Amino acid sequence: MTLPDAPTTYGAEVERLEIELLLEGIYRHYGFDFRSYAYASLKRRLWKRIHADGLSTVSALQERVLHDAQVMERLLLDLSVNVTAMYRDPTFYRAFREKAVPLLRTYPFVRLWHAGCSTGEEVFSMAILLEEEGLYERARIYATDINELVLRQAKTGIFPLEKMQDYTQSYVRAGGKRSFSEYYTAGYDGAIFNTSLLRNVVFAQHNLVTDRSFAEFNVILCRNVMIYFDRELQNRVHGLFYSSLSNFGLLALGSKESIRFTGYEDRYEPLDATEKIYRRIG
Amino acid sequence: MEPALVVVGASAGGLRALQLLVAGLSTDWPMALAIVQHRSRESQALCELLQDVSALPVTEVNDKEEIAVGQVYLAPPDYHLLVEDEHFFSLSVDAPERWSRPSIDVLFESAADAFGDRAVGVVLTGANSDGAGGLRRIVDQGGQAVVQDPATAEVRVMPEAARRAVPEACVLPLEAIPGHLANLRGRNRVPCVGGLR
Repeated sequence: MTLPDAPTTYGAEVERLEIELLLEGIYRHYGFDFRSYAYASLKRRLWKRIHADGLSTVSALQERVLHDAQVMERLLLDLSVNVTAMYRDPTFYRAFREKAVPLLRTYPFVRLWHAGCSTGEEVFSMAILLEEEGLYERARIYATDINELVLRQAKTGIFPLEKMQDYTQSYVRAGGKRSFSEYYTAGYDGAIFNTSLLRNVVFAQHNLVTDRSFAEFNVILCRNVMIYFDRELQNRVHGLFYSSLSNFGLLALGSKESIRFTGYEDRYEPLDATEKIYRRIG
Repeated sequence: MEPALVVVGASAGGLRALQLLVAGLSTDWPMALAIVQHRSRESQALCELLQDVSALPVTEVNDKEEIAVGQVYLAPPDYHLLVEDEHFFSLSVDAPERWSRPSIDVLFESAADAFGDRAVGVVLTGANSDGAGGLRRIVDQGGQAVVQDPATAEVRVMPEAARRAVPEACVLPLEAIPGHLANLRGRNRVPCVGGLR
């Protein structure tokens, strides 16, 4: 038997094999399932960690991850934290105010699920919006993320002070009705948001890949989370959302996420096609 | 024929260069074209400005959109655009790279990995060095590189950086790039005619 010639560069096939082994190992040892994440961005995030740790192969990272839970914890942050901002896509929040809020007013009680809420910027954005629309007292926001650490961060309501100028502009463009600075005080560590904004928010750890539905909702927000999933996993999560929405419930996706590539297109009608707000119709 | 992909990066001064480039492609062009143009996250007009001069349909990419030949794809503002194994695009909101989102390197590197010798990278005018590393990767994986002749660039920093990183790139004056791209057929190599090397 002859062995194939050793590749002269880091071959794509070996790389993929190593990444698949790493993800399988993480799943079997720690229960986190990244096996159906979109490959290109996952690979980028992995290599960032590999280089930052002074390693040169995926296998070297695997050895560390499997033998050291702290390395896993850090990698979980690398792979699962989604960078976000308050009122990211102001036009979405404006559309939500103008088109979704009137529908929600007709309900005695409104349950929202913010899936993949990360560090909470968009949870606060929505709480403020509902407060200004007079809906917050009869609303409850279930804010979930795979990652306990980001939830802890979200609960503090502290965000970098240097971002407030940017957020204020977005708040205004999103149709904000007051002065944005009413909602926070500038502290030593950053902008500390009024935590009474969280009085109707329930934070909970939830894994979209492996966990089930836990209630029926009138609104599900999942923006720029599923872009990290491959098509098959996106489809599965769409199934989870579909079965978690009440009839005529609303599904809000990121502005460049299309329901067209899933098996659920005909279960929804667009409430705002540009801003990707859909209404369950069957 | 297997599909092939041309990826283009442009920054400062890019609008005029991109318009000239897409205007030179006809509807029977057998490739797909993906563009990263650095711009502010509010910028929405670019797609229309390119469509105005293009015979090919120009769209901003939706996540997991399939890559089809004869199409011009534009990275949406405030997202990275990546190429998944040969068939479709994906988007990410990972942190900016070299202060840019979308980043040219992110597109180029993922295109190099997914398309190998069927990827062609084009670096146009700009005031930073984004794209140089990605263009290097495209060539290392067997693909082809085109760089706008810095003398014809509104801002020469970016093509100069790309040229330093990829000395074997075909350096062409802006006016010659559409013709060069129009001759591309899959992985077939197009001679660098009218270039600086």
